[in-house]
Amino acid sequence: MSLSPVEGVALAEIESAGDGDAPQANRFVGRSPGQLAWARLKRDRTALVSGAMLVFLVLVALAVPLIQALYGVGPKEQFQNRLDGFGMPLGYAGGVTGEHWFGLEPALGRDIFIRMVHGLRTSLFIAFAAAVITAAIGVALGTLAGYLGGWVDAVINWVTDLTLAMPFLIIALALTPTVALRFYGQREAVPAYFQIGVLIGIFALFGWTSTARLVRGQVIALREREFVDAARASGAGLGHMLFRQLLPNVWAPILVSFSLAVPQYITSEAALSFIGVGLTDETPSFGRMIYRSLDYLQTDPAYVFFPGITIFALVLAFNLFGDALRDALDPKSSR
Amino acid sequence: MTRFLVRRLLSAALTLFAVSVLSFLMFFALPRDPVTGMCPKNCNPERLERVRQELGLNDPLIAQYAGYMKGIVTGRDLGSAQGGRCDAPCLGWSYVSNEAVTDSIARVLPVTLSIVIPAAILWLLLGVGLGMVSALRRGTWLDRAAIGFSLTGASLQLYFVGAVLLIVFVYNLRLLPVPSYTSLLDDPLRWASGLVLAWVALAFLFSAIYARLSRAQMLETLSEDFVRTARAKGLAKPAVYGRHALRAAITPVVTIAGLDVGGALGGTVITETTFGLNGMGRLAVDAVRSGDLPTIMATVLIAAIFVVLANMVVDLLYAAIDPRVRLR
Repeated sequence: MSLSPVEGVALAEIESAGDGDAPQANRFVGRSPGQLAWARLKRDRTALVSGAMLVFLVLVALAVPLIQALYGVGPKEQFQNRLDGFGMPLGYAGGVTGEHWFGLEPALGRDIFIRMVHGLRTSLFIAFAAAVITAAIGVALGTLAGYLGGWVDAVINWVTDLTLAMPFLIIALALTPTVALRFYGQREAVPAYFQIGVLIGIFALFGWTSTARLVRGQVIALREREFVDAARASGAGLGHMLFRQLLPNVWAPILVSFSLAVPQYITSEAALSFIGVGLTDETPSFGRMIYRSLDYLQTDPAYVFFPGITIFALVLAFNLFGDALRDALDPKSSR
Repeated sequence: MTRFLVRRLLSAALTLFAVSVLSFLMFFALPRDPVTGMCPKNCNPERLERVRQELGLNDPLIAQYAGYMKGIVTGRDLGSAQGGRCDAPCLGWSYVSNEAVTDSIARVLPVTLSIVIPAAILWLLLGVGLGMVSALRRGTWLDRAAIGFSLTGASLQLYFVGAVLLIVFVYNLRLLPVPSYTSLLDDPLRWASGLVLAWVALAFLFSAIYARLSRAQMLETLSEDFVRTARAKGLAKPAVYGRHALRAAITPVVTIAGLDVGGALGGTVITETTFGLNGMGRLAVDAVRSGDLPTIMATVLIAAIFVVLANMVVDLLYAAIDPRVRLR
């Protein structure tokens, strides 16, 4: 990037200010890198399709109470009368009917569609919250390490290495019940919001490393640039240097890593719930549903497909959109 | 070289030390009372107190940690209820399974190794091969197919792929037995047929990531001057691509591979759960479920050791692969 976004915005303002009375054809129009990226993104078909898919899924997640009211079935309602003697749903494809769009769970007879809608909301909430927190931590530590260098850099780097050396899944596995045990007794029920909070906390604890590395690298490259020297020479304080001078220049890679982090947290949450340490069966979640479905692969194969395909579509949409965003924000990329 | 090795070993040791302290604190200091989690349901206060004594939980934390570490290095004497003498890599005694933790690890480690090592070979060959081919045939249908493959694979979940594989190959076509572990030494054929689905599932998902990464790296390398020079001086294509470009392109792939393989060796929890195999990952999950702290602690430590070792191997491999890297 030859122009920093800040300089770019200024350029765009100057250009538009000079946009005088006489409208001319083929006039040179200044655009900020943000506008350029937006224009590129709009031209990208993959971005449009995956973006639309994401907007749809987020809307579904936001409209859960409305959908439940219209659909008329709750996530905990059991429809035992629609199961056969072995607890298998009656009918085809796991009991798909007009009333139960995705069929029923074997044995418990709960509606799969409404549980998935609820699961989608939980999953997206956890993923977005974790991504925001880790981005904040990563950006703060990354800019500090990159800008200050010296022992601050060395310490932050070592902590990053250490965090990367910790086996995430196993620590998460071990830590979640330990934390729950700290606050709730052996047989007490742990409320859903607490489990969600613990999950977000664990993701925050381990997830910041990649953003920190990324930002650190970018800041080190920027540190020696003239505008930073100029700001420093003018007596700018640390806060001004970090937030007004350096950060505006690294927002593009941060945004990309944010958009690629969200699907990672979606899969991690599902994975933790799958192995039984994230959310319990009380809270609907994709991971839990797929874990339960493993017992019915032979008798009710349709059960695994609904949550499996939904989570695939969700993650694929995020990944495609993140890639498209990266291409749109990178002035060097040409596809 | 020697200096590099010494420094690398020291930093690895420091990392391991920190991991061990942190996990020790996390598991032994954090819970309200670690013993309640460890004791079977009908536990009376006297037995609880005895377990606490035997585990040394009434000692100061530093003494507990020192005892634990001493056990790993030289072995130590545990109380008679904990099987008495516990030999060199002593990881404590599990009250849940009533055996030395070292024994249960020795039982499950071969399972995880049998899952991870063949799968890693598969995914590296498949992923890097696919990435190379699609970079060399950029823009063709083959390239597009490879990109599609890697996008799909990168968004799929192991448990879902595993479930589909099980439905198709085990329950419908009945080509394979229900996955299980047999020792390679006992019966290689059953060993392979019991684990092949796990290899395929892991290799599919991982090779997607590797195909993508190595394609990008290869494309970048192919545009470099030294590749053009090699071609210009009349070197044949296979030699240029295979010997010169591949070597330069593969360095980041090796980094990621080190992290992935190291991480997987510590326990492929999801793969093992999906296919019902009892490896390190299942041991960790079961230990967590039953609150078996010594076992949890041991699995975390071993997983960390694998990650740290893998990172060291990667650093050494760098020097072998990339002549630009000098070990200092």
